[in-house]
Amino acid sequence: MDVLADIFIAPFQYGFMLRALIVSLLVGVMCPMLGAYVVTKGLGFMGDALSHAVLPGMVAAFVIGVNPFLGAMPMGIVVALLSGYLIRRAGVSADTSVGILFAGLFALGVVMLSFTRGLRVSLEDILLGQVLGVTTQDVLLTLALAVLVLAVLYLLHKELVFASFDPAGATVIGLPTQALDYLLLALLAIVIVLAIQAVGIVLVLAMLITPAATSFLLVRNFPKAMFTGSLLGMISAVAGLYLSYHYNLPSGPAMALVATVIFAVVVAVKKAR
Amino acid sequence: MTSANGEADGSEPALVVEDLVVDRGETQVLNGVTFSARSGHIMGVIGPNGAGKSTLFNTLTGLIPAREGQVLINGRSIADSRGSVAFVPQRQNINWELPMTVWDMVMLGRTRQIGWFRRPGRVDREAVEDALNQVWMWDRRSSLISELSGGQQQRIFVARALAQGVDVLILDEAFRGVDFTSQEVMTLVLQEMRDAGKTILLASHNISYIRRLTDDCLCLNRSVVACGPTAEVLVTDVMEELYRSVEIYRVYESEQS
Repeated sequence: MDVLADIFIAPFQYGFMLRALIVSLLVGVMCPMLGAYVVTKGLGFMGDALSHAVLPGMVAAFVIGVNPFLGAMPMGIVVALLSGYLIRRAGVSADTSVGILFAGLFALGVVMLSFTRGLRVSLEDILLGQVLGVTTQDVLLTLALAVLVLAVLYLLHKELVFASFDPAGATVIGLPTQALDYLLLALLAIVIVLAIQAVGIVLVLAMLITPAATSFLLVRNFPKAMFTGSLLGMISAVAGLYLSYHYNLPSGPAMALVATVIFAVVVAVKKAR
Repeated sequence: MTSANGEADGSEPALVVEDLVVDRGETQVLNGVTFSARSGHIMGVIGPNGAGKSTLFNTLTGLIPAREGQVLINGRSIADSRGSVAFVPQRQNINWELPMTVWDMVMLGRTRQIGWFRRPGRVDREAVEDALNQVWMWDRRSSLISELSGGQQQRIFVARALAQGVDVLILDEAFRGVDFTSQEVMTLVLQEMRDAGKTILLASHNISYIRRLTDDCLCLNRSVVACGPTAEVLVTDVMEELYRSVEIYRVYESEQS
């Protein structure tokens, strides 16, 4: 029993590990819920691009000296809505315009960062996540926004599903399809910014789409896939955190790797059958 | 006020279209379309490819705006009639790979009745059950929509309209390439809806089917070529004008399946 306690309970005698656990769990729950939409709607590239595009907002917040997510959050929502507009615009290839915009914003963020040498900011932490460094303020912010995101996903489930998967039918029946589309993008932006804490800009995609994609291999009904994905997301986040603690691995990549391994195992088992 | 609620009379114009002009991009697709459809009747819509049938339907359902003209559905504008109109689009316009069950898909039709933020109640579940029974799909309620045949998928969309409880049902090529059972089941359902006082618009290339099922027929080629009782409209003169050459019409006529 002592061995088990050492492995599973001992890490949380440290406050930073407890804070990391809470944030990781919340990110693990939220990402696949949105990820189920991302996977079925083919928004993966959009999610990846969005996470890169919020960098200038984060750096600006560092410079002003406020919580980086207070900068990233509005930036993410604005960019998400802007890209929603670009996707809607006919005649422009969505991938191309979104790609140009987001790569440009990411470059801007890196350049801004190079002017802030005096600050205690590590590009590596931003890119790969540093969940062990989250503050109590981060935890509270994540908790509040997680409640908001999950409440919206729950309360507007049927409307979001209808508008996402049969936009014409939803419009005919009188739903504000365009507004619901933008709402989904705004939720995506919020979740991505929160996930950056845990897995960083580069690996957000792993939490967003990998558990959700795995869940669609296991269950094919959309609501069930949302829940199964969340379970897998939580497992990936917590297992990654333990691996990171015991083997001194970077936490973000550890979580992403666990999610990827689960996906690979499920694929292999399904093939073997 | 033409407030035909499908009373016994059934000849009130439930759908009135006046001088409708609709553009698609730079092209003017519909050029002053005027016609009306009666409640308690099935109206066929025929015309050559590119005649603007889908554009007309997309306009009537509020998916694309009209540049000019007026549409009244039971005396109300399109915007005010949302929820009382259902659209069964061409099958290829839907992503059937969605991870959604038949039950959930039909339940979407109840979205308005359920209301914002709320979950389906007993009334909604009963409406979905009735609708699925009517199209003979109750046994497949737990199947994914991707597992259905083309005809079954069309029946699911008809069931969704039934669950929605619409006044006007618009079907675009709903019978193209569907199996015999689906065709028969949908025919029965459309006739039941007609008898219940609904207004039904059905576009099809299959003239013999239009002849068999519809009461009225709208012949459309950018503007209205003819509109009236099917038996009076489906005559060689009109068909010749509609399809330019009577040979083409004979080809359509011979498309039996």
